[in-house]
Amino acid sequence: MPQLTRKGVRIDDSFAEAFPMAGSGLVITAPNRKWALTAAQVMTGYATSVIGCDCEAGVDCELSPKETPDGRPGVRVLAFGFSPKAVEKALVNRVGQCLLTCPGTAVFSALEGDLKIKVGDAMRQFGDRWQISKALDGKRYWRVPVMDGEFLVESQVGLVKKCVGGGNLLVMGEDWESTMRATEAAVEAIGEVADAITPFPGGIVRSGSKVGSKYKGMSASTNDAYCPTLRGVTNSALDPDIGCVLEIVIDGVSDAVVADAMRAGIKAIVALGPKDGAKRIGAGNYGGKLGPFHYHLKDLLP
Amino acid sequence: MKPLLFALRHAPTQRLDLSALTPDRLAGRALKEIEAIEIGTTKVVVKVGDVFKLRSGDPRALHFEGGSENFDFVGAKLLPGFSIRVEGDVGFGLARNAKGGEITVAGDAGAHAASGMSGGTVYIEGDAGDFLCGPLAGEIAGMSGGRVVVRGNVGARAGDRLRRGVVIIEGDAGADFGARAIAGTIILNGKAEGRIGYLNKRASLVLAHARDFGPTYVDCGAHNFAFAKLYARALAQDSRRAARTLSQKLQRFAGDTAVYGKGEILTPA
Repeated sequence: MPQLTRKGVRIDDSFAEAFPMAGSGLVITAPNRKWALTAAQVMTGYATSVIGCDCEAGVDCELSPKETPDGRPGVRVLAFGFSPKAVEKALVNRVGQCLLTCPGTAVFSALEGDLKIKVGDAMRQFGDRWQISKALDGKRYWRVPVMDGEFLVESQVGLVKKCVGGGNLLVMGEDWESTMRATEAAVEAIGEVADAITPFPGGIVRSGSKVGSKYKGMSASTNDAYCPTLRGVTNSALDPDIGCVLEIVIDGVSDAVVADAMRAGIKAIVALGPKDGAKRIGAGNYGGKLGPFHYHLKDLLP
Repeated sequence: MKPLLFALRHAPTQRLDLSALTPDRLAGRALKEIEAIEIGTTKVVVKVGDVFKLRSGDPRALHFEGGSENFDFVGAKLLPGFSIRVEGDVGFGLARNAKGGEITVAGDAGAHAASGMSGGTVYIEGDAGDFLCGPLAGEIAGMSGGRVVVRGNVGARAGDRLRRGVVIIEGDAGADFGARAIAGTIILNGKAEGRIGYLNKRASLVLAHARDFGPTYVDCGAHNFAFAKLYARALAQDSRRAARTLSQKLQRFAGDTAVYGKGEILTPA
């Protein structure tokens, strides 16, 4: 593959192929940071890929008490799905099972969005007619009595129909440790970009997939071209100095946000250099025919 | 652009119906036309030009220089996006059935201020009369949305049959504060006379001063309410005193159990 070089890091002349998704967001607050983080962590659990989960979710950022609607410590989480209906269903289930249950939390809409989905409205009936509606500045909130006081939840949350899911970077290095250093640096840099999440564990996925399989009925299987242990026996995409490949998948509320996130990630990997970090950066695509959003790495270089 | 100015020539000798003088109704009209609008309420004809000296300006914002307790229905049926400021007092029915916009009264307001209001914001820098936000006789609900801030005291039956919206009273309230309230929120930073929240169905009455609320309000203990903190933050710009009251741990008295009983009185614990 033709390559460019930045500070000794080889960058493939390739592109990441991403897909349209529907996305929504919540601001979760709690009496202290610990419980706001706990709520956000549980709420965004088992939400890595829509291939097997109801949505792709992750923490966008932490919010100080000054930045939250109720002046308590908070966390902003984003969730993406194939359709507005799918996102609504996922959020109703997750708010009901993870946030209603979590001590001290309150839930607010994080995005204005193109349309509203009923999340709090689905929670109110848990109050068994003891719930109290409060309307403030054009928004409705439900106060649902629970055993530690009240669960406050905004009746509707905003949803953005034209989000982007599947922006990605393939980080390639000599061994697991150095590749992980570079990937972690990239994930941290992407974390600073607002309105974007990296839904996989710690923001990193090691099981990149290709379309199709030798087995019947499996739509995706391991991306053997990027498996270092198969370098000799497959049509490998890896150079002799690559012993580990890690992928970062990025979902964002707009095309520009995903591009910014990828740019931030590349910058962090290049800044670390090939000696301590990654030797090469690539991107995953399906030939450009499946997803309408293409992020060419050469356009995102520092 | 400066606002359209109505400078008071002399104190009116009869009650004036100023409901015709709202920005949306004056848009596109010449000063001469506006001066010819009849605003009198007796057999003696009174026109705008008799009472006010007009100065042209942006009709989206009206400015009354000088007020009177005879100024009735100022800002009636006001729509979103417009504003009215009165440098003085106003009479009956300020912001009656207003749907939006912003009204500021530098002086006092008469009875039934914000009656039937469904949106917008009303600031009364002085006192307000009886039936603040209350319905007229025969109407089912009082104010059904928006925000009212009174810096001074209010008369009897403030928040009568309040349906929705937020009312902040920084001074004291007369008898039967929050009577028959259907829903909504009233914050009172001063003291209230007589009964409080009589036949309150679902409204939240937040009082800065605790007292006995009678046997039909039942104590539910002191709690930190997330909703109160949300309100404290949202209302801080309009009233820091109200925000301070809401930021505290609040004792909840549920009632009025003589009726629906889903309302509440909250006071600092």
